[in-house]
Amino acid sequence: MLTVVIIFLFFAILLYFLLGGADFGAGIIELFTSTDNKHRTRSTMYQAIGPIWEANHMWLIIAVVILFVGFPDIYSKMCTYLHIPLLIMLLGIIARGTAFAFRNYDAIKGERTQMLYNNIFVYSSFLTPLFLGIIAGSAISRQIDFEATDFLSAYIFSWLNWFSVAVGLFTVSLCGFLAAIYLVGEATDEFDVKRFIKKAKVLNMVAFFCGGLVFLAAETLNIHMAHWIFGNPVSLTAVIAAFISLILLWVTISRGKKQIARVFAAFQVSMILLSVGYTHYPNFIMGKNNKNLSLLTNHATSKTIDDLGIALLIGSLFILPSLFYLFYSFRGKTNHE
Amino acid sequence: MNDFLAARSQMALSLGFHIIYSCIGMVMPVFMAISHYKYIKTQNPVYKNITQAWSKGVAIFFATGAVSGTMLSFELGLLWPKFMEHAGPIFGMPFSLEGVAFFIEAIALGFFLYGWNRFNQWFHWFTGVLVGISGILSGILVVSANSWMNSPSGFDYVNGQYLNIDPMKAMFNGAWFSESLHMTIAAFSATGFAVAGIHALMIYRKQNIEFHTKAFKIAIVFGAAAAILQPLSGDISAKHAAKHQPAKLAAMEAYFHTQTYAPLIIGGIPDTAAKKVNYAIELPGLLSFLVNDNFKQEVKGLDTIPVKDQPNVAVTHYAFQVMVGIGMLTMLIGVLYFIALWKKRSWLSKTWFLKLFIIATPLGFIALEAGWTVTEVGRQPWIIQGIMRTSEAITPMPGIHYSFYLFSFIYFTLSLAVIFLLQRQIKMVPELYDVK
Repeated sequence: MLTVVIIFLFFAILLYFLLGGADFGAGIIELFTSTDNKHRTRSTMYQAIGPIWEANHMWLIIAVVILFVGFPDIYSKMCTYLHIPLLIMLLGIIARGTAFAFRNYDAIKGERTQMLYNNIFVYSSFLTPLFLGIIAGSAISRQIDFEATDFLSAYIFSWLNWFSVAVGLFTVSLCGFLAAIYLVGEATDEFDVKRFIKKAKVLNMVAFFCGGLVFLAAETLNIHMAHWIFGNPVSLTAVIAAFISLILLWVTISRGKKQIARVFAAFQVSMILLSVGYTHYPNFIMGKNNKNLSLLTNHATSKTIDDLGIALLIGSLFILPSLFYLFYSFRGKTNHE
Repeated sequence: MNDFLAARSQMALSLGFHIIYSCIGMVMPVFMAISHYKYIKTQNPVYKNITQAWSKGVAIFFATGAVSGTMLSFELGLLWPKFMEHAGPIFGMPFSLEGVAFFIEAIALGFFLYGWNRFNQWFHWFTGVLVGISGILSGILVVSANSWMNSPSGFDYVNGQYLNIDPMKAMFNGAWFSESLHMTIAAFSATGFAVAGIHALMIYRKQNIEFHTKAFKIAIVFGAAAAILQPLSGDISAKHAAKHQPAKLAAMEAYFHTQTYAPLIIGGIPDTAAKKVNYAIELPGLLSFLVNDNFKQEVKGLDTIPVKDQPNVAVTHYAFQVMVGIGMLTMLIGVLYFIALWKKRSWLSKTWFLKLFIIATPLGFIALEAGWTVTEVGRQPWIIQGIMRTSEAITPMPGIHYSFYLFSFIYFTLSLAVIFLLQRQIKMVPELYDVK
């Protein structure tokens, strides 16, 4: 059952990254859209993510619940040593979710209030994945010091380093990229399609650049990322697959096959996560002085894991079909009325 | 402000806000589904308007409730990592299931809000019902998790170790039923009165009378019925507390000295140092009767509990008085409503009658917050009753007061924003939903 629970954990993280990420990305794209087109981006986005955005963020809850029920040690250590970035991420989540709902459900569409909601929405759409990335980066950065006694090394340097920040920026750019590809498929207007393709190209390059930054930053912490990738065949294959799918993605987009392009985008990002995840598995947190927290050893008793696994299996019987039907029902319905 | 006080305040604040959003988020979909049903059956467009107007309220509250809930799932660890490290695997079952119910709710809400004229009308209606059902289930599950803290079970505590963990047993702990029942009814009562009060105000102001009258009726029937049922579930809860958390019951009553013919102490100012209550009304034997069903039997007072294991008597007592006082009042208003409905229909349009409901708008939520205070403050100094102290659970990170100030600011702003948005929704009713 432990395997089932671990699979669910990674599955929830992956889906949160893909779906929640595309959702954050939509806000990031809005942030970098010229004022003339902001309105168009907003309405495409509202149509595209309106019905599904709440559900997309549920994956985070599922991942957190799995962590604190099944891997309480990992959860409580993360909460302690990454308190500050978690707090900032939460502020982002609050600001973003409420601003998105408020701007749609404010009965009077006043210019200044809408502007305020928009600003909160776009900046928090940037901030939240940045800190999600920082948290993810910190988990594998070997900078969390479980024996630290002073405030700075326990609660600040655990996450504030070039590597974590670079991973944060990389996450932001991937979210934007995912969203652009997603919106290409949602937009019905030729003009918007072209606009989103252009955005996707730019963000693709930004992601490459940020990926490079991650490599360089890793060296400053004496982390040799080349080992992660070339050290084992699975990670290497995953990285190669990611590159191939990126090429295929652009080929399919240029041929106008937008739905397939989405699959390649999701696949590409999944491969990046797989490559990183596999190198570190079963460790979930890599702390200073080789103090690692592993999913295979730092888990709850087997009775808890069994019950959790059963709950997740039964739950997914309800969630997955209805979620699929939700996506199916509201696919590609964008229009500018 | 020390870290411990700051952490407790932040937790209290977060839960205090979340409880409002989530109660409205779980009860309003039920009202919405009733109105939607009436629309499908009667084809009266007023019901469709009510449904759509309420669904906007639901969307605002759901979004706010969802983020404040996400917040809480992290705050448990951010503030009380030692607690979560041990409690997580034991009381995690209701949280896992709640995650599932919450997920279903979010999916169903997506269907409902964006599904007008897109699906078969009964499928669309059903998705609205599903929002309500999964919302109520989430509420019950979360309260079950809380009830475990009051009535821990499903493990053996041996030499500081948590052994033989059984998550299902922990979920169905001794207090889960009484607490969930009490909370669910409270949610219906509070939301029913709040929604009805707002519509009563609009009727009073003579705006869209048909719209508001129909909306008022749906809300108040639930609110009034819940208010009338609530004392019964309160009685079950109090009996449970007497048995399993005598310190909490004694603090609720400010009942210092163990005695036979134990009196029910109403009001008054508890003096903890002198171990007495000044200016209170005492009804001899009544506490014995409420707890044991006979007037004589002894009830354990605070003197049986070491001072270091006692909660803050004054806070618990005052909160309990507020809750019970308002509970009685709303029950009375509920009874009046049903009398009006069945015997005195002329009351329904009378100004004094409407005013009564306008005044009652916030009462249910005040009682709800007071009740929450009773159960949480009354459990102190324990985070897990009798097993772990709240002070042992706190995060080692210093400077929590900054985070408390930050959260106070955010929740305060958020509440103002929600009130502002609701006001605007209500203000726009004539323009958006005026049926001529």
